[in-house]
Amino acid sequence: MDKLNSYKLGPDQNGRFGIFGGRFVAETLMPLILDLEKSYLQAKKDDSFQSELAYLNKYYTGRPSPLYFAERLTDYLNTAKIYFKRDELNHTGSHKINNCLGQILLAKRMRKTRIIAETGAGQHGVAVATVSARFGLPCVIYMGAKDIERQKPNVFRMKLLGAEVVPVRSGNATLKDAMNEALRDWVANVNDTFYIIGTVAGPHPYPEMVRDFQSIIGKETKEQILDQEGRLPDQLIACIGGGSNAMGLFYPFLDDISVKITGIEAGGMGLQGEKHCASLTAGRPGVLHGNRTYLLQDDEGQIIEGHSISAGLDYPGIGPEHAWLKESGRVEYFAITDSEAVEAFKICTKTEGIIPALEPSHAIAHLINIAPSLSKNDLVVMNLCGRGDKDIFTIAEHLNMEI
Amino acid sequence: MTVRIDNCFETLKLTNKKALITFLTAGDPNYDLSLELIKSLPEAGADIIEIGMPFSDPMADGPAIQASSLRAINSGHKMEKTFEMIESFRKDNSRTPIILMGYFNPIYNYGVDSFIEKIIDIEVDGVIVVDLPPEEDNELCNALESADLSFIRLVTPTTDADRLNKILQKTSGFLYYVSIAGITGSKRPEINEVENAVQEIKTKTNIPIGVGFGIRTKEDIERVGSFADGVIVGSVLVDIIKNNEHESSVKDKIMKKVREFASAV
Repeated sequence: MDKLNSYKLGPDQNGRFGIFGGRFVAETLMPLILDLEKSYLQAKKDDSFQSELAYLNKYYTGRPSPLYFAERLTDYLNTAKIYFKRDELNHTGSHKINNCLGQILLAKRMRKTRIIAETGAGQHGVAVATVSARFGLPCVIYMGAKDIERQKPNVFRMKLLGAEVVPVRSGNATLKDAMNEALRDWVANVNDTFYIIGTVAGPHPYPEMVRDFQSIIGKETKEQILDQEGRLPDQLIACIGGGSNAMGLFYPFLDDISVKITGIEAGGMGLQGEKHCASLTAGRPGVLHGNRTYLLQDDEGQIIEGHSISAGLDYPGIGPEHAWLKESGRVEYFAITDSEAVEAFKICTKTEGIIPALEPSHAIAHLINIAPSLSKNDLVVMNLCGRGDKDIFTIAEHLNMEI
Repeated sequence: MTVRIDNCFETLKLTNKKALITFLTAGDPNYDLSLELIKSLPEAGADIIEIGMPFSDPMADGPAIQASSLRAINSGHKMEKTFEMIESFRKDNSRTPIILMGYFNPIYNYGVDSFIEKIIDIEVDGVIVVDLPPEEDNELCNALESADLSFIRLVTPTTDADRLNKILQKTSGFLYYVSIAGITGSKRPEINEVENAVQEIKTKTNIPIGVGFGIRTKEDIERVGSFADGVIVGSVLVDIIKNNEHESSVKDKIMKKVREFASAV
């Protein structure tokens, strides 16, 4: 094979990143997906669309999010200089809003009048409910019944924002089942409904579109690190469920070969059993939810329910671009266990006075693990993609503490 | 083989009859009963048998068929057992066409080439893969065609004229018209709209058209049978398995239903 000129050329016209991605959906959805792709490509080139999005990013979300030198964590680890990209400071408390604003502007442009979405941890659900309120559109959020139990504060927030939260009881009652239900809703309401997918997965053009909307994270980071340090970072680290915050941070750096890029999956209770969500490190290629990608599956090709202490990483698939980046060798992927993530959560909270979500706590844990191998001159950027308020009940339970 | 499906529709046409196409999931609720049900279907009046290959995440199916997939998977069903069932069926029946229906992942996981080799060997006649639209079906469809197996394509209320032409170019056996924009076993179709759509398609092709999704009653079947070449029923049969814990009554009830439906086509 010829040497790649760029890692940023995907997807091709069929929505493929190498063999990954594509449009594996029922015929009923195909015309909608094609229409969405057409509308997105037009919007992407339209200055008025981009400037409205830029305006909302700045004045509604509060972008740019700071690139913060985590001085006390750096001292504590006594190693590389660590920066946090503070996307947990965004309106709604995570990076999810970046994508939701882009998609709801597109929904409006396509004259859709009803919004649907799936959510795992509820961060995406809250962001969808938020933008739906902001634009005055009714919205229905599908959420696994188990996740509703684990993430009560977010469920309440969605309801306050006017969303209808529909519990999904099929399968393992978590994120993948919520996504099945949302797809079923979409098939049944093809004329008026816009489906805001929360991650860089699903049928083309979602992986590309969500990546583009999230890429603002990496674009800002690049400018900020050049401004603050005068050079590019040596390493980027981000956690991965479906992979949207990671793709957003990584994408603008993919062709900066000096920058090592690392994605961190949920290792749950360890990769030797089935109690994890590490599709890239422990799964294999398959087809689910409209795309070919790495999946957790058994010998028969049945999808295995993942496990993670973090509901936001609890997805048995992964964005197809990550699958391709893994196979191309550009990005390395590792897994972090529940216990390591909780330990990192505690360290971050106590050294920096920042309560991180359990999702980026996985990325912090990896940073702690590799700290001895880093040099003091190294610059590392970790995407702090969500705040941890939503997780305090889970943490309390894990630590056998009462609130 | 495509020819078995073609013969089926042609023979029915001679007596001015339409095809009753029945769907059941392989291994639901367990291997033995499932095999018995499938073997009994032709005698009860099923002209074509559609067998579902269970999948954990059947995103185009409603609660009834999803639950049937899970019952089968939980009973330990595997792809090889679906093949065994068909082999056993073919020992006594070489006439009734068999269509395998499912999602791509279990096939991809089994290996597309091995899958095709196997279904030729056991004399399957056609395949429906719900999540392989024309844009994605090359890796399976071309190999099926060269093996003279039908790749049965879906046309839905959202399919426009351009797509319809594209779909018709590469279809064989029969065309599956999905009567609603929705999932299996959910809303009821507006039969007048379905008729208009089917008549429109018939102006462009001579291939037989089967209509399915949301068809539950003898009356529906009579009406759809008046303009389509085949009527597909699934959820209504699968519900009988769910609603009857005692296996002894399942077979009688399903066959009674199939006889009732067969009398209407």
